[in-house]
Amino acid sequence: MNLAAAGAHPGFLSPTGVEIVFVLVGLATLGAALVTVTTKQLVHAALWLVAALGGVAVEYLLLTAEFIAWVQVLIYVGSVVVLLLFGLMLTKAPIGPSPDADSGNRWIALGVAVVSAATLVTLVVDAFRTTWIDLSTSPKGSTRVTGEALFRGWVLPFEALSVLLLAALVGAIVLSRRGAPETDEAEPETKQEGQR
Amino acid sequence: MHLAYPAVLAALLFSTGLYGVLARRNAILVLMSVELMLNAVNLNLVAFDVWLREELHTGQALALFTIAIAAAEIGIGLAIVLLVYRTRGTSDIDRLRDLREGAPDADGDDGPGSRPGDTAAVTSTTDSGRQTA
Repeated sequence: MNLAAAGAHPGFLSPTGVEIVFVLVGLATLGAALVTVTTKQLVHAALWLVAALGGVAVEYLLLTAEFIAWVQVLIYVGSVVVLLLFGLMLTKAPIGPSPDADSGNRWIALGVAVVSAATLVTLVVDAFRTTWIDLSTSPKGSTRVTGEALFRGWVLPFEALSVLLLAALVGAIVLSRRGAPETDEAEPETKQEGQR
Repeated sequence: MHLAYPAVLAALLFSTGLYGVLARRNAILVLMSVELMLNAVNLNLVAFDVWLREELHTGQALALFTIAIAAAEIGIGLAIVLLVYRTRGTSDIDRLRDLREGAPDADGDDGPGSRPGDTAAVTSTTDSGRQTA
């Protein structure tokens, strides 16, 4: 009876296993995100960000979006966090707790965040109260399905995105190149002092 | 699965990132919070794509594009932060206020040129907005 009812019209009080796992992983993700934005130790913030992003990747897997889950692991956990750690080290972030990690408008920020969360959660729950995702049929996010959709319908944005990535790469190299001798003669003392 | 679960999780992640963007002082921590907000948007895109079951998989394609653009954004952002740190000696966004309007000149002392070894460079660079060094 319960299974038939769940098949026809699933309810809040009969959660499936996927929903339970989703909520548990979501709580872990949210906790890691909260630690990321509140901790006083800068390197710990980057490492908790790994936990939050990995939790989001698990949520993608639970939503049957496998390809995006692995892309998330590769790009976010693999490269973005490493870039952030490099940035922290290159800007000489203190290793221990730094008491001035939060700025003075912290309580205003907390108020804005709480108001935003309350508004969004109320709106979303009210809007999608009677909506269910059917996860039981064939997976909609396998590599084959995503690749076909990407290279049939989204070829032009894909290529434009590759140009954007190339431009961003060149821009990052140009920005972070150290001494361009002909462009700025007034800068080298600053740069030497800033670097070492 | 109920659609409210991923939607609520995405809303909460977004608000967490919003708090981080507004409350953090270090520029790299602000970039981390921006990443959290982008991930919340991605979670929404994927959840709604699985719900709508569209032929072109717009949500998943947009999620992939967002991930790639976020990677580009973090590269450029970190390059800018490193450049700011290299020229100003700090990456605290509270202290990068040279471009604000109607700056009282007395407040400029805790600005970019507060480092003792930096005064010679500040007098030579006029783009920092300081009228008198």
